Amino acid sequence: MNWAAALPEIVLSCAGFIILIVGVLQKQDRTPLCTSLMLLAFVVTGFLVWRTPDGVAYTGIFITDYFARFAKLLILAGGALAAVLALDFNAKQRIARFEFPILILFSTVGMMTMASAANLMTLYMGLELQSLAIYVLAAFARDDLRSSEAGLKYFVLSALASGLLLYGISLAYGFSGTMQFDRLAQAVTSADTPSTGLMAGIAFIVAGLAFKLSAVPFHMWTPDVYEGAPTPVTAFMSTAPKVAPFVVLLRLMVGPFGHVTVQWQPIIVVVSIGSMILGSFAAIGQSNIKRLMAYSSIGHMGYALIGLAAGTEAGIRGVLIYLTTYVFMSAGAFACIIAMRRNGKPVERIADLGGLARTDLLLATLLAIFMFSMAGVPPMAGFFGKLYVFLSAVQAGMWTLAVIGVLTSVVGCFYYLRIIKVMFFDAAEPAFDRRPMSVSGVALATGAFTLLFFLVPAPFTGAAESAARILFG
Amino acid sequence: MNTINAAGFPILSLITFLPLAGCAFIATLRGATPAELRNARWAALGTSLLTFALSLILWVKFDPSVSGFQFRETAVWLPDFNVAYRMGIDGISVLFVLLATALTPICILASWESITTRVREYMIAFLVLETMMVGMFCATDFLLFYIFFEGVLIPMYIIIGVWGGPRRVYASLKFFLYTFAGSVLMLLALLAMWHHAGTTDISVLLQTQFPAGMQYWLFLAFLASFAVKVPMWPVHTWLPDAHVEAPTAGSVILAGVLLKMGAYGFFRFSLPMLPEASAHFQPLMFTLGVVAVIYTSLVALAQEDLKKLIAYSSVAHMGVVVIGIFTFNQQGMDGALFQMLSHGVVSAALFLCVGVVYDRMHTREIARYGGLADRMPAYALVFMLFTMASIGLPGTAGFVGEFLVLVGAFHVNFWLALLGSSGMILGAAYMLYLYRRIIFGRITRDDLKSILDISPREIAVFAPLVVLTLWMGIYPSSFTTFFDATTGAMVQSHEQAWQGAHHATLAGIFHQ
Repeated sequence: MNWAAALPEIVLSCAGFIILIVGVLQKQDRTPLCTSLMLLAFVVTGFLVWRTPDGVAYTGIFITDYFARFAKLLILAGGALAAVLALDFNAKQRIARFEFPILILFSTVGMMTMASAANLMTLYMGLELQSLAIYVLAAFARDDLRSSEAGLKYFVLSALASGLLLYGISLAYGFSGTMQFDRLAQAVTSADTPSTGLMAGIAFIVAGLAFKLSAVPFHMWTPDVYEGAPTPVTAFMSTAPKVAPFVVLLRLMVGPFGHVTVQWQPIIVVVSIGSMILGSFAAIGQSNIKRLMAYSSIGHMGYALIGLAAGTEAGIRGVLIYLTTYVFMSAGAFACIIAMRRNGKPVERIADLGGLARTDLLLATLLAIFMFSMAGVPPMAGFFGKLYVFLSAVQAGMWTLAVIGVLTSVVGCFYYLRIIKVMFFDAAEPAFDRRPMSVSGVALATGAFTLLFFLVPAPFTGAAESAARILFG
Repeated sequence: MNTINAAGFPILSLITFLPLAGCAFIATLRGATPAELRNARWAALGTSLLTFALSLILWVKFDPSVSGFQFRETAVWLPDFNVAYRMGIDGISVLFVLLATALTPICILASWESITTRVREYMIAFLVLETMMVGMFCATDFLLFYIFFEGVLIPMYIIIGVWGGPRRVYASLKFFLYTFAGSVLMLLALLAMWHHAGTTDISVLLQTQFPAGMQYWLFLAFLASFAVKVPMWPVHTWLPDAHVEAPTAGSVILAGVLLKMGAYGFFRFSLPMLPEASAHFQPLMFTLGVVAVIYTSLVALAQEDLKKLIAYSSVAHMGVVVIGIFTFNQQGMDGALFQMLSHGVVSAALFLCVGVVYDRMHTREIARYGGLADRMPAYALVFMLFTMASIGLPGTAGFVGEFLVLVGAFHVNFWLALLGSSGMILGAAYMLYLYRRIIFGRITRDDLKSILDISPREIAVFAPLVVLTLWMGIYPSSFTTFFDATTGAMVQSHEQAWQGAHHATLAGIFHQ
């Protein structure tokens, strides 16, 4: 048996247990040590992901290919950035516990499993492992009412979504007799007309995954959970846990269900348009920056879904590029939000950013870069993400999606510009506390990526191209 | 990188990115003492002057006898998508590169004393803006062009918003959103052309035949973007706001270079790439141009704010440019290009004139002035020259462009020429009325009695513009030679394309 296909996941899980033991055996809390060990484990895993040979393992329920590899590296990057961001924040909020990096680690294992899923059960197991860890993370500030509420809310609604997903899986299984992706593909292809039951199954699966993506109409939990959860957790939720369900959705839709694209396409189109419109209009009225980022992420998922709606190789490539740029600019934006701390207390209102350019020009410039990037203004990285998904929509002749997409991005631009306006044009508020090194480091690194992406886009677009090609065989 | 060009080195990239090097240097400067701020100013001025000096090589080495791109450079950028870093200039763009590099040092010099807060950031914003402007005129790859075209928004938004007047937030946001909304529609056109032609190389796109049905949509998408930038009536309303609130140098760059980007887009994309759609929409463009000329001239007549008046006059002048572009004959197109250049110089100078008195009196209300000729004779003379140039007095830059456009328009339609020329009469009315109210009469206000004439620094700002205005008016052919060959080729290829399409239609009819 080709057990080595899952070597990165196995190594990462073992590392998780070891770190857990290390953490328990310490007399006082050693979060920095555990976080460092976790980062080390991530680096090793990243290397293993890179080196693991392609192949299908465990009687066909687990697949390692370039697509999975691409997604896993992105997930690892997102998890690592969030763990670094949490270091200082948790210490200052007195919620530093060594379990935090370990929970991120196990959530990451779950997401990597999803990226490699070749069976609906593998998908579900990965999704649950990811979600269970995040429920705990969202409620990590256990003495804080809002955090507990966020955790509970996420748990209840997510459980419902898992139920929908499971129901969809059972329908798919019932009407095709298999949960293997490749055999599902055969079942779908061989039928003259796709069975209604299977279609219903697909719809439920999409609904379950769309919940995790916080796409309209399954987005309701997002603003509350984003606002309530500790900011590093929000940073984490907005990066890697968006990538994993997305890549599994891509794999499912163009792989097993690729033959019935015409049937599922309208669902994705509606979800995409809804997300773009809600993401851009609902964010206008927000005064809390974390809520604003929640609506922003809803919108971003809408844009990324354009690529899936196109259903072509170019579309998948666009999604992967979009997700890559999104992970880094989102992590960077949250790094800046974590740096918003005055007299030892974190502040979250947009008005608190007033005149930041006068008190901390570097932070203001970095946040402005992320905001311009999210608005899709060239030459920032976010522009390229939008460029490729819109290109795929145009190539597929989906003009409605493309036109709605560019118009909502103008609306979205308004609220991103408002943040820049507050930072650069408004009267100065009192200065923030000194930025911790870890947060500045993350913000600078992701800022450099976002600003300079246009110089060398070819490696990223090339990798996304190769990954997308795998799905289309 | 392919460096085989007339200069022997990648000069266009150097001109484009040299200002960024200046930015990097200024960013390393620290401290806020007057001496340190002076360093930032000198560094910015030095960088922009060096850039200008380099761009003069283009003036010398450019071969005006051939159409097509010169000083080409290419570098690998996105090889999978046939997108590359491509730079080059032709007869249309070469003078705009020079205009941008010439106006930037003037702007920096003009804000020497009026900008006292956050000087370093201001200088950095201006140098970034210069990079974006020059890059936009040099880009011969559509995607690269788009990136520079949009990139201009970021520094300009910051310049208006940070160093602007009381309503700067509103004005900057309006400026950004108007332009952005237009541009994203152009992005869709870009994607459609990219998909159709398989590349974003402009010289390939120029040879590509786009289906007629597609051309109409592409033209409208381009129009959405360029009409906002020109700006054409009825999407011009961002311009008066932006001009009024922007700092003097911001207005200068806005009027001098940024407004040219829209018309440049018509020249570069709409006209040569979409000949059938251009011909189809010619009446629409003429109508919009004529409305802009007459309507905004009348609006200008009623303004009480100095900058607003000149802003509206800009819209009117750009209306003339639009008419000239869509005449599809050499006089009209030459005239449009010349008018763009002369407007770039003259309106920039007029905004500087406003800046001179604004720096002294801190008001732009016309009624607050009067009788300045007594205290400021030199200023009155300079202002007079640019007023005349704006009206289009023979011997100044403004005359040549308008005259050529009207000749071109006359070839198309008598009424077009008549209505278009009404702009010159109305222009004379509002400019002379403005001049009378500001310069002539008696000084009645006490605070005007101690006003000082222009300083040596301001003379240094105005001198090059005065020389240019007269040079362009007296000996225009040293400028028209640059684009004669290119516009000639454009007119020819347009006629061929038009006839080809016409024959195809006829053939189609006979075939049935």
